[in-house]
Amino acid sequence: MTVNKLYFENVKEGDEMPRFEVKSLTRTDIVKYAGASGDFNPIHHDQTFAEAARYPTVFAHGMLNAGFVSKCLTDYVGRPSLKRFKVRFTSQVWPGDTITCGGKVTKKYQAEGENRIEGELFAKNQKGETVIQGSFVAALPSRQ
Amino acid sequence: MDDQQAKDPRIGRSGQPTHMPIELGKIREFARAIKDNNPIYFDESYAKREAGGVMPPPTFTMTQAFWDEPASRIDHGLDMRRVLHGEQEFEYLRPIHAGDTLTAKARISNVEKRPGKRGGEMTLVTLETEYKNQRGEVCLYARSTIIETAKAVEKKD
Repeated sequence: MTVNKLYFENVKEGDEMPRFEVKSLTRTDIVKYAGASGDFNPIHHDQTFAEAARYPTVFAHGMLNAGFVSKCLTDYVGRPSLKRFKVRFTSQVWPGDTITCGGKVTKKYQAEGENRIEGELFAKNQKGETVIQGSFVAALPSRQ
Repeated sequence: MDDQQAKDPRIGRSGQPTHMPIELGKIREFARAIKDNNPIYFDESYAKREAGGVMPPPTFTMTQAFWDEPASRIDHGLDMRRVLHGEQEFEYLRPIHAGDTLTAKARISNVEKRPGKRGGEMTLVTLETEYKNQRGEVCLYARSTIIETAKAVEKKD
């Protein structure tokens, strides 16, 4: 993958970041995240347990979806530039769902000697339902 | 915040510190799980040039579960069968690199009660974890809000 570097001079308020899409999330994707994160709550991988808890099937960890949003965000601002990342979980993501992540810059300013941008983030499923609402702050490098 | 909330005895409760080495292999595993192929997680020479070394993804400290001992966990008194993850926030103060060892200390920073959507009362507990590196510098705050949903209101005949 090639990495584009985002400079403060090249951003304006209202700019949208390139979207990141996860097509048809699988149970294997969910299990991989369970193993990577250490979150083995059975609601995320055990069909019998999920049904007993009255869910139709297992669903993704909120933090897996947050990870997809973070990927979209850091592809845009650059990992070292990130200062704050916040997510709110609004709906579950089920196996087979297609998740689209995106966001936009809402504010560009200088503070404490840094070139900062702030913005909104989202993840939506294939029906257009929001599964994550988020926000971020980043301190960008300058060309000067 | 009203008096009742200010007095919630759970606020300020803390756990024993957890020591968490930041490992290259774990970073790769975690980055793959979130489908993130950024070379800052995979290519050591690229990462060194761009960021002083391989960095963990923004949500990587979720892997702390592998390092926690029972004494690091805090009793929040919630019914885990009704608990959902509501919000998660990360504040990055200093860079973290593979090879660092973080010390995590968690405390309950807030407890709030709100009316449930279908009656009853829900409880929101915010856990704040402070991460210091091996030089004692604070690198990161993670704030996790978990929600205990309201018990279904029982019908009285």
